[in-house]
Amino acid sequence: MRFSEKWLRDWVNPKLTTEELVAQITMAGLEVDSFEPVAGVFSGVVVAEILSAEPHPDASKLQVCSVDAGGVKLQIVCGAANARPGIKVPCATVGAVLPGDFKIKKAKLRGVESNGMLCAAAELGLAEQSEGLLELPQNAPIGEDIRAYLALDDVAIEVDLTPNRGDCLGVAGLAREVGVLNRQTVNAVHFVEAVQSIDDTFPVSVQAKSACPRYLGRVIRGVDLQRPTPIWMVERLRRSGIRSIDAVVDVTNYVLLELGQPMHAFDLAKLHGGICVRMAEQGESLTLLDGQTIELNNETLVIADQQKALAIAGIMGGEGSGVNTETQDLFLECAFFDPIAIAGKARNYGLHTDSSHRYERGVDFELQHHAMERATRLLQEIVGGKAGPVVEVVSNEDLPHLPSIQLRKDRISRVLGCAIPEADVEDILTRLGMDTVVTQSGWHIVPPSYRFDIRIEEDLIEELGRVWGYNQLPTTMPVLEACSAKREEVMIPLMRFKQLLVDRGYQEVITYSFVDKQILKLITPDQESISLANPISAEMSDMRTSLWPGLLKTALYNLNRQQSRLQLFEAGMIFKPGADGLQQIDHIAGLICGGADNESWFGKSRSVDFYDVKGDVESLLLLSGGSQCYRFEAGEHPALHPGQTAAVYAGEKAIGYVGALHPSVQKTLDIPQKVYLFELVLSDIQRNRLPKFQELSRFPEVRRDFAVIVDEKISAQAILQNVQEIAGSLLTDLVLFDVYQGDNLGAGKKSIAFGITLQDSTRTLQDEDIAPLVERMISSLKETFNVTLRE
Amino acid sequence: MDNLQNILQQALAAVEQAQSVSALDQVRVQFLGKKGEITGQLKTLGKLAPEDRKAAGAEINRVKEQAVEAIKARQVLLENEALHSQLAAERVDVTLPGRQASVGGLHPISKTLTRIESFFANLGFQVAEGPEVEDDFHNFEALNIPGHHPARAMHDTFYFDATTLLRTHTSPVQVRTMESAEPPYRIICPGRVYRCDSDLTHSPMFHQVEGLLVDTDVTFADLKGVLAAFLRDFFEQDLDVRFRPSYFPFTEPSAEMDIQCVICGGDGCRVCKQTGWIEILGCGMVHPKVFGHVNVDAEKYTGFAFGMGVERLTLLRYGVNDLRLFFENDMKFLKQFH
Repeated sequence: MRFSEKWLRDWVNPKLTTEELVAQITMAGLEVDSFEPVAGVFSGVVVAEILSAEPHPDASKLQVCSVDAGGVKLQIVCGAANARPGIKVPCATVGAVLPGDFKIKKAKLRGVESNGMLCAAAELGLAEQSEGLLELPQNAPIGEDIRAYLALDDVAIEVDLTPNRGDCLGVAGLAREVGVLNRQTVNAVHFVEAVQSIDDTFPVSVQAKSACPRYLGRVIRGVDLQRPTPIWMVERLRRSGIRSIDAVVDVTNYVLLELGQPMHAFDLAKLHGGICVRMAEQGESLTLLDGQTIELNNETLVIADQQKALAIAGIMGGEGSGVNTETQDLFLECAFFDPIAIAGKARNYGLHTDSSHRYERGVDFELQHHAMERATRLLQEIVGGKAGPVVEVVSNEDLPHLPSIQLRKDRISRVLGCAIPEADVEDILTRLGMDTVVTQSGWHIVPPSYRFDIRIEEDLIEELGRVWGYNQLPTTMPVLEACSAKREEVMIPLMRFKQLLVDRGYQEVITYSFVDKQILKLITPDQESISLANPISAEMSDMRTSLWPGLLKTALYNLNRQQSRLQLFEAGMIFKPGADGLQQIDHIAGLICGGADNESWFGKSRSVDFYDVKGDVESLLLLSGGSQCYRFEAGEHPALHPGQTAAVYAGEKAIGYVGALHPSVQKTLDIPQKVYLFELVLSDIQRNRLPKFQELSRFPEVRRDFAVIVDEKISAQAILQNVQEIAGSLLTDLVLFDVYQGDNLGAGKKSIAFGITLQDSTRTLQDEDIAPLVERMISSLKETFNVTLRE
Repeated sequence: MDNLQNILQQALAAVEQAQSVSALDQVRVQFLGKKGEITGQLKTLGKLAPEDRKAAGAEINRVKEQAVEAIKARQVLLENEALHSQLAAERVDVTLPGRQASVGGLHPISKTLTRIESFFANLGFQVAEGPEVEDDFHNFEALNIPGHHPARAMHDTFYFDATTLLRTHTSPVQVRTMESAEPPYRIICPGRVYRCDSDLTHSPMFHQVEGLLVDTDVTFADLKGVLAAFLRDFFEQDLDVRFRPSYFPFTEPSAEMDIQCVICGGDGCRVCKQTGWIEILGCGMVHPKVFGHVNVDAEKYTGFAFGMGVERLTLLRYGVNDLRLFFENDMKFLKQFH
């Protein structure tokens, strides 16, 4: 809501500077977004009349005007097309200073002397753009300073009102608020009620009573729309951000701004049979004032005549029934529509108007008669016309019922943390328009008809706190009972995993949860995704089913910016629709590419490979049991290299993947180098085991090393597992220390070397204890994997 | 006897010429070993007359001692030389970089979230989390924002269908917490939220921390105290703060909290639009209707809730001037927060 400070001060004029006023209403919850002068900085501009305008002898676009600027006749050369004898315009006299510190001097234009400048609105900072001279009313007093004449020493204040304060969407409401804050009386504008001089009416029927509990209509005949809107009204509208259209529309807009009551004027000649307020028929079409034709649905309230819908009630009028310069007779409408009947409807049609903005928030349901009289009176003053009687259709049971609210003294201090003196409570609430009755425990309060937001005790307490001043209320730290939530030692917080990755060189990233569906199809083709109905763009259309698309996109972004070595991770939710509904699962995922180490003087760094990323995953898994609890198996994943993919298992449950990005996916995504990825289900790696003490052995350990030659297809893990099973409880450590392939082993063979460490808790192991064990181990390996012992 | 002196002279010369500890050892063996030349002299004593033996023996021992002393001295010298040349050879340029492992970093948003969580954890708040794909009830209805409410227009919601959406704030987590447990409540709910809006100052995804404190005796004054303490802790400054009346359907009374501009110290600058104040979070006392939706007795319990934008706090804390940088994930940006 934008309004003129002067207009507000006509209603209530506290002893505050503009800055103080702005600060005061901001701190009362009516946040001022901006305030700015309504005109540019200028001086020396007066009202002048053009007496004559002759063509310039040497310039076809210029005229030489003779101007009466108040006692002096001036010759001024002017380029405006609308410069003509008889009009009154602003004239900057010699010595005047226009916005931008533009000084007016005596000048010669193409050889003709010019003693000043005739001004357009834009030249005075009254408009962004304007065409031609600003034409002033005929009764403008010649010689008067234009700043005084147009009252330009004024400020336009823009308040950003919260949706609960529909009552402040008018100067009257704002004045009421300022009156309360300054404990000052508000002077409502007095006007003489319109004279009813004809008996003409136009029939009104309301079918949708609950949506339209009150409808007022009035016929005004014989208006003259050729007459212009007075400049004071044009100026007030302009300062409120509304452009002047014609006198009738301007008056309805003026009443909307002044009282907060939207109104609409129909051209009576274009109405057929009578007004009917009803719900639209499904599919009924209507061409709006803005020219667009829409198809209505049956939840939309319309103003119709006997033939068709004329307007969407409370939102926008129709093209066919509006007024224009030919209009002679008006049908003026002023209604109360139920906020719920209007709320959201404008948005459904992609509309948002000054009218819908107010009706959605709630218009005072007792305001309609007053507004109708105010508008009629203004119209008669401007465009003339004879007014008929007001026709009102009202459904009392559908009008809002004002609640009676109990306000308890002790509740005030329980919510605010301090008491407010009773006299102040009563003064504040009374000035806010509440009906206040003292009771034993406090008060009975009935809010005014314009406060749709006052329904319960807390609403009243907020009003008290707000007007009293939030910053005047005490500030305390709560006194709370000590309590400690259940904590689990074995739960590893997400931050521990993050820190581990950071310490291993990873950078955390945060990417959008919605990604390109095409990329999802590439990465997780077997997993359905859910799509947004209203995405920002096609690249952000589907909820991610993996963290990899975001990591890959980030990698590509940075690789394209001269970063060649990357270690990235992200923790966040993925979204999997399925038969049991949507699962939202926390994952942690990483990506590496480029050198294994930073470039250095030690020698050339190798590139990362599968075992780097696997090592990182193993480190993560070590936090919750490591190889005791998790295992890797050769796996398959549509986004990964078939020969470099491991599925990670916790028991029989697959909890993630680690591997190299599939070369064809890499190519499709245009990633210039090899990339390695991992992704794990967070909850599956977060639970550690509680350590359980085991007696330390006093007896020495024995280590034996072996190298076996085996078919290259046999996995190292299978060999080690076999060794582990045979060695049993004596085994305290098993380490794989060499893997070798070479011509001397024969094609398709590899050598695996490992060391076993054995220890008994009750005695020193002797050779005769170890030899049979080793023999069993070797023969099992021979039997199972056909190994040969390497000497 | 001349012979003995000769041998001594030879030995001393050999010692002097020995250039290494091992060469010196050879000299020792040559003269003092079992079959050494000086040792050999002792064997000649038997051939002497008994009365001469004592003096001759003493003479030989003196020569032997002289040789031993010379070798010892030479050995110390050679060992010192060897140590020195070893040390010289092992000199390195200590200014060359070490073999460091690179250390990565957390995203600045994570850093801020961690700091927020730790402040409130110290006050006994628990972290609560909830789904990001929410239903209409938890995101709106239960928070007293019915379908027709004008506040919905301010939320720019991403929808999947008529009743499924991306949460527009983390407030639904407070509803879910109150649904599933009895009061008192002391929680904060950090997480991603989404709004269908993307420009210079709006990201379609951002982070919020919602907080909720409900107990038998919690007041608006307590709300002011806790939040002022938080912001002073977060910015590590004794900031001025103020509370402005505002409107949220799920709190009553409601407030916006402003802090003294951390960029200009309140003098007025571009960031605070010359006002000296920066809007930092929304808060208020939990609306009785919200309590009603989750069956908490609004007569017995009162409480406050607040919600803050994590990106905004991070921007102000580190002086970042463009919201979009947070989700571009440019390494050159992220590394600034290591």
